[in-house]
Amino acid sequence: MTALRQTTEAFDPVPGAAAPHLPQQPDLVQLLTPEGERVERPDYSVDLSAEELRDLYRDLVLVRRWDVEATALQRQGELGIWASLLGQEAAQVGAGRAMQPGDTAFPTYREHGVAWTRGVDPLHVISLFRGVDNGGWDPVATGFNLYTVVIGAQCLHATGYAMGVQRDGAEHAVLAFLGDGATSQGEVNEALIWAASFSAPVVFFCQNNQYAISVPLERQSRVPLYQRAAGFGFPGVRVDGNDVLAVLAVTRAALAAAREGQGPTFIEAFTYRMGAHTTSDDPTRYRLASELEEWKLRDPVARLKAHLSRAGLADAAFFSAVEAEADELAARIRTGTTEMPDPPGTAMFDAVYAEITPPLAQQREEFLAYQASFEEGER
Amino acid sequence: MTQTLTIGKALNLGLRRAMEDDAKVVLMGEDIGRLGGVFRITDGLQKDFGEDRVVDTPLAEAGILGTAVGLAMRGYRPVCEIQFDGFVFPAANQIITQVAKIHARSRGKLAMPVVIRIPFGGGIGAVEHHSESPEAYFGHTPGLKVVAVSNPVDAYWGIQQAIAHPDPVVFLEPKRRYWEKAPVDTDATPDPLFAARVLRGGDDVTVLAYGPMVKTALQAAEAAADEGRSLEVVDLRTLSPLDLEPVFESVRRTGRCVVVHEAPVSLGLGAEIAARVTETCFHSLEAPVLRVGGYDTPYPPSKLEEEYLPDLDRVLDAVDRSLEF
Ligand SMILES: Cc1ncc(C[n+]2csc(CCOP(=O)(O)OP(=O)(O)O)c2C)c(N)n1
Ligand SMILES: [Mg+2]
Repeated sequence: MTALRQTTEAFDPVPGAAAPHLPQQPDLVQLLTPEGERVERPDYSVDLSAEELRDLYRDLVLVRRWDVEATALQRQGELGIWASLLGQEAAQVGAGRAMQPGDTAFPTYREHGVAWTRGVDPLHVISLFRGVDNGGWDPVATGFNLYTVVIGAQCLHATGYAMGVQRDGAEHAVLAFLGDGATSQGEVNEALIWAASFSAPVVFFCQNNQYAISVPLERQSRVPLYQRAAGFGFPGVRVDGNDVLAVLAVTRAALAAAREGQGPTFIEAFTYRMGAHTTSDDPTRYRLASELEEWKLRDPVARLKAHLSRAGLADAAFFSAVEAEADELAARIRTGTTEMPDPPGTAMFDAVYAEITPPLAQQREEFLAYQASFEEGER
Repeated sequence: MTQTLTIGKALNLGLRRAMEDDAKVVLMGEDIGRLGGVFRITDGLQKDFGEDRVVDTPLAEAGILGTAVGLAMRGYRPVCEIQFDGFVFPAANQIITQVAKIHARSRGKLAMPVVIRIPFGGGIGAVEHHSESPEAYFGHTPGLKVVAVSNPVDAYWGIQQAIAHPDPVVFLEPKRRYWEKAPVDTDATPDPLFAARVLRGGDDVTVLAYGPMVKTALQAAEAAADEGRSLEVVDLRTLSPLDLEPVFESVRRTGRCVVVHEAPVSLGLGAEIAARVTETCFHSLEAPVLRVGGYDTPYPPSKLEEEYLPDLDRVLDAVDRSLEF
C-alpha cells in the first residue's frame, strides 16, 4: 500500500520549530521583538506608561512563579496533576489585561494567567488540581468562568453568553479561550458558526502552542489557524503570543469591536508550550529538545524585561522587588496548598441540584450513617 | 508461551497480534501513535506498523467514530481509542445513532466491525471527566455490544476477539488496573468473549462484578472467608449481551446476590441484573438482590473518590445485609 500523505505542503511554513533566524512572518502582529525592541504598528498602537509596562512585567513574573511552584507541589505529591502554562504567560496576561471589568472569560484548563488578571486567588485554582473541588473561585464575581476540561465545549458557552449580552444591550464582550487542538472539535466549529450568524460579541482567543498533547498542529490544520476565521465570515488575526504588548493590543481591539457590535474575531496567539502537556506527560517522546531551545530565545518574560531595561523603564531595584514578591507568592501558595483541608464527604451530594432530591437525600443519610459506623468502631 | 503481563501490556500485545492477523485492522485515536497513547497501550505499534495503520487523529471524537463508520463500510476494522471515558460523549451521536444502528438499518447488508476502546472508571486521582463509568449508556443502546475486562488474560484475548467480531464492541478497560499483572498463555484457547466466568466458588452469597470491581470483589471474598463466610465471585465480562446463566446457577445455590459496580446505582447495570435474577430465581432467593455502586452524584473531586467508590468494606456491608435477611 502506498503511504498516505500525512501532511501537506500547503501548510504554513512556520510551525513550532520556527527558528529565530527565519524571516518575520508578515502576518504576525508583533510590537516587541524577541530582543525586546519596540516595533510600531499603526493598526495596533498601544501607548502604555512606564508603570503600566512594569505592571505587566510583574504579572508575567508572578504568574510564572505560581506555575513553577505548582509544578513543584505536584512533584512532591501535593497536587494530583498540574497543567503548566510555561511559555504562554504573555498570551494569557495580555489577553486577560485587555478585558474590561464587565467582560467575561471562558477558559480551558490552562488559563492560570488569565485567572490571575481577573483577581482569582491562585489557591482556588490549585484546589482543582489537588482534587478538592472543581475550582474554588466564584465565576460570576470574577467574570472568569470555571475551567472546562472537555475540549472546546466552552466555546459554545461563550457564544451563548455573548448572545445574552447582546440581547441585554450591554456593552460588554466575551473572551473564549481554546487551544490549537480544540479547533478540530465539531463543537468549536459550531461556536464559530453561531458567533458569526448572530454577530455575537465574542472573541475566540486560540493559544496555538503548537501541540495538542503529542499531536503537532499539522494534524489539525493545513492552513494557519487565524485564516480559518475568513471562512466563517469574520476577521482572524495572528499575534505573537510571546509578546505581551501585541497580545494586549490585538485583544483590546477585538474586544472593542465586539462591544461596538461588529461581531466576533478569531485571534491566534502564536506561542509554544515550553513544558509538558501536564505533569503526567513526557514530551521527550514526541519532540526534540532543540525545538524548546529555539523557543527559549523568544521567552515572553525575558522579552519584556529586556525592553524595560533597554528603554530605561525599570531599574535593578524594581526587578528585585518583583522577585521578592514572587518569593512571597510562592510561599503563600505552598503553605496554602499543604494546609488546604480536604472537603467533607457530604460535599459530593450538596450541589447536585438546586435542592437535593428525596432519593439523593436518603443516599446522603445512608452515606453519613455508614461513615459514622466506622467512627463508632462498629467495624 | 506463557508470559507475565500487565493488563496494559496484554492489550498492547493483543492489538499487535490482531494487526498482524488482519491487514484491515486500523487503530485510530488521539496521541496513540508517536506517544503510544496516554496510557501507552499502543506503545511501539506506530513504529512497527506505520502511520497508516496507527493513526494519530485530529482532536475530534465525533470525527474518530464517524470516519470509523466509513472505514468499516469500506472493509476496514477500525479500533478507536477514546482517551478517557468522559471524552466519549462528543462521539455519542455517531456511536448511538450510527454505529449501533447501521447493521439493522441496512438489514444486515452493512457490517459495523468497529471497536471502541475506553479506559474507564475511577481511582487514579484525576480531574473531572477522567473517572467515569459510562457502560449503562451503551448497554442501553441496542446494536452495541459492551464488554469489560478485569485481567491480563481477558485483555489479551478479548481485544482480539472484539476486533474479529462482526458487531460494534464497546471495549471497557479498567484504567486503574492497567498495571495489574498475571501470567498469560498466548498459545491457549481463549474463553468466548461474551461469557461470564465464575472466579471463585462459594456457598453463602453470589457477588457479581466486572472491570475494576472484580479485584475488589475478590478481596472482599478473601476477607469474608476469614470470617467464615463463603462468597462466590462472578466476573460478568460481557455487559451487553449479559450472560446470566452462570449467575442464575450460582444464585439458585446461594440464594443471595450482590452486584457491584462503580457507576451510579440508579438505572445502572445492577438494576437490570437484579430484575433478571429476581425474575428467574425468585423462588431461590433468601434476600433481595443488593447493589453496591457509586452514589447518584457526578463523580467527585479526587479527594473524595475513596468515599465514592465501592471498596471491600462496602461490598462486605452489602454481604452482611444480604445475610441478615
Ligand atoms: C473532548 C476531549 N477529548 C480529549 C481530551 C483529552 N485532552 C486533554 S488536553 C488535550 C489536548 C488539547 O490540545 P489543545 O487544544 O491544543 O490545548 P493545549 O492543551 O495545548 O493547551 C486532549 C486531547 C479532552 N480533555 N477532551
Ligand atoms: Mg495546544
